[in-house]
Amino acid sequence: MTISDKAKTLLSEFSGPLEKSTTISKIWIFFLVLLIAWGMVGLYYQVRYGHVVTGMRDHVVWGIFIANFIFFIGISYAGAVISGVLHLLKIEWRKPFIRIAELITVIATIIGPVFILLCVGRLDRLHHLIIYPRLQSPITWDVLAISTYLMGSILLLYLALIRDFAIYRDSPELKVPNWQRKWYRWLALGFRNTPEQNRRIEISMQLLAIMIIPLAIIVHSVLSWIFGMTLRPGWHSTIFGPYFVLAAIYSGTGVLIIAMWVFRKIYKLDEYIQDKHFTYVGYMLLVLAAGYGYFTFSEYLTHWYGSEHWDMEVLHKLFNWEEYGGLFLFANLGGIVLPMLIVAIPSLRKPGWITFGSAVMVLAMWVKRYLIIVPTLETPLLPIQDTRVEFVYYSITWVEWSLTIGGLATFLLLFTLASKFVTIIPVAEMSETKAESVHLKMETT
Amino acid sequence: MENRKQTESRDQSARRDFIKIGLGTLAAASCGGGLCSCKGKQEKDTIELLSPEGEVIEVPAHHVKHVHKTVGVSREEARKGIPGRKFVMVIDLGRCKNARNCITACQKMHHLPEDKEWISVLLMKDSEEASPYWFPKTCFHCDNPPCVKVCPVDATFKRSDGLVLIDTERCIGCKFCMAACPYSTRVFNWDEPEQPEEIQALDYSPETSVPSKIGTVEKCDFCPDMARMGKLPDCVTACPNGVFYFGDENEDVVTNGSETVRFSELIRDKSGYRYMEDLGTEPRVYYLPPRDRLFPWERGLDDLSDDIKDRFKDVLEDI
Repeated sequence: MTISDKAKTLLSEFSGPLEKSTTISKIWIFFLVLLIAWGMVGLYYQVRYGHVVTGMRDHVVWGIFIANFIFFIGISYAGAVISGVLHLLKIEWRKPFIRIAELITVIATIIGPVFILLCVGRLDRLHHLIIYPRLQSPITWDVLAISTYLMGSILLLYLALIRDFAIYRDSPELKVPNWQRKWYRWLALGFRNTPEQNRRIEISMQLLAIMIIPLAIIVHSVLSWIFGMTLRPGWHSTIFGPYFVLAAIYSGTGVLIIAMWVFRKIYKLDEYIQDKHFTYVGYMLLVLAAGYGYFTFSEYLTHWYGSEHWDMEVLHKLFNWEEYGGLFLFANLGGIVLPMLIVAIPSLRKPGWITFGSAVMVLAMWVKRYLIIVPTLETPLLPIQDTRVEFVYYSITWVEWSLTIGGLATFLLLFTLASKFVTIIPVAEMSETKAESVHLKMETT
Repeated sequence: MENRKQTESRDQSARRDFIKIGLGTLAAASCGGGLCSCKGKQEKDTIELLSPEGEVIEVPAHHVKHVHKTVGVSREEARKGIPGRKFVMVIDLGRCKNARNCITACQKMHHLPEDKEWISVLLMKDSEEASPYWFPKTCFHCDNPPCVKVCPVDATFKRSDGLVLIDTERCIGCKFCMAACPYSTRVFNWDEPEQPEEIQALDYSPETSVPSKIGTVEKCDFCPDMARMGKLPDCVTACPNGVFYFGDENEDVVTNGSETVRFSELIRDKSGYRYMEDLGTEPRVYYLPPRDRLFPWERGLDDLSDDIKDRFKDVLEDI
């Protein structure tokens, strides 16, 4: 297969991490492995002594593990937005960070469900989900939806990678060990850049891009229904489906902006990821923030105005300084107001500021997930009359923190390892940019 | 008066101990030291037993081997329900004085530690002006059970006789049922259950709910194992005030052990209602409103340990 000059230059520019590891990246990986080891210690304690080592008890049966689960599935939307929506709209500037987004999607969709498994008391019986499935349970819906979504995301990532694998395979300049090249050869599936092969990949990707959008919507709707289907104040809400979906797209976009900024810094991609791209994605962020803010407002306004007893119990906790008032304020200021202001004010509409706003927002969105779960579980319909403090109030234990940090470290480690195996910039796709736009121009004229 | 009551309750508990020990160990226990295998060490704790001759005898506690008093049906059989039955419970709030015997009896029956309650007694105060009352809460065995709906593995199920049971050998411990239950009925085994080895060695049945298993959910089961023997659940017989009526809706009969009444008449004449009817869960437990009370509610605070009294401090502060 002949490789275009453009692809050759791109490959030589971005093949660094594939060929050798720098000291910094080795230290980084070692650091992540340490954090994961700490998480493993937490896991050992939880398996050895039972869930008693967590802060969860009979009333607050779910804690930060479920918040992490929603969070990771939420940020997985980064890829769904880029490869789904932006792909279908044929937006050219998505190309430099399309792979980053899709890697985020696949890895987050792997890590997220791990956290739901950490909430399961009997990991030894997980196969019961398959041998005794009950279709009535939202958890079964979740298993089906997330596994389909994961498969779809992996395929989408892989289809885009096939052409790159072929380029890696046929580039003698790329200095990688033999086993690695063998993998490239195997994964390229005999791609020779024939028109027929290209057509097939194009059609498959187009189909998957269409499919991934409803799949993403289903995944987060089903997830929200784990809460929405129960008779709990603060959960039993009809808007939970769309509210969760929008929140997920929003936080996914936030993580995408952070990744764009980080990779632009590390790989000096200023030529490809330009300031205007931050502005474009910033506008998306603004619209999503407004939509998310609207949902938040209408959710709490209706509960407050209707002022049903149990809804008010939860609201009082959220608006009380001694309980969740501070966190609730942060979730709304940092999660809605700040990103909107940053994008709305022209002098702040800069990559650095937009990234800062996104980082605060992503953190605020995690807090928001926590605030959806814990205050509601602390407010059952029948009063909690118990003298054991840990049964009345939830507090996060070191085991839960270590597993959370271990999960985050696994996410970053998988990302780092992936960036050592494939170029972070889609070489084949980027080298086609010009040709394709010429092609499009010819079509329109 | 108070003294006499205490003796009575001791007698009662002695009788319960007798029943609990079961037929298998009855002979051994009643012929005393014959079973003793330990030499030298003399335990001071003794247990009063009723011998087959009808005499109360004292036996060293360590001579008595506790086993479970019922034998459960198989896990498959336990899913079916007892044919022709439709179990129902009526709780008379006018009679409850927070004696808490139901709680301890249930704990004994199911070999639960002191801090694990399948039945709880809450102090309720419905509104500013309303008078407080004691509210014993079992599992409501709803006809439209939110917990059963959400179980992903069919570990908790609804039977033809109305009971909602759990198969803790199938439960994966996701706790979704606990989040879904509006009445906070279910409890989780957060760590290895504290149960004697001989209890842990018993064959598990969803009808006995014994032994408990780490990482699984459990709750009040209405003691179908006792029903199969034609007996009332222990909470019903343990209550000194006849608060609990248990029976069969098909036969339209409920009894609290001393008094047997028509279920429909009881509900009609005493304005029986179901707790939080508006949730649509259709509980199989009915309540009779706390009127014509046998005791002033304050009596429920007598003889309580500080720890238990502390549980009700939110309500007590309000008064």
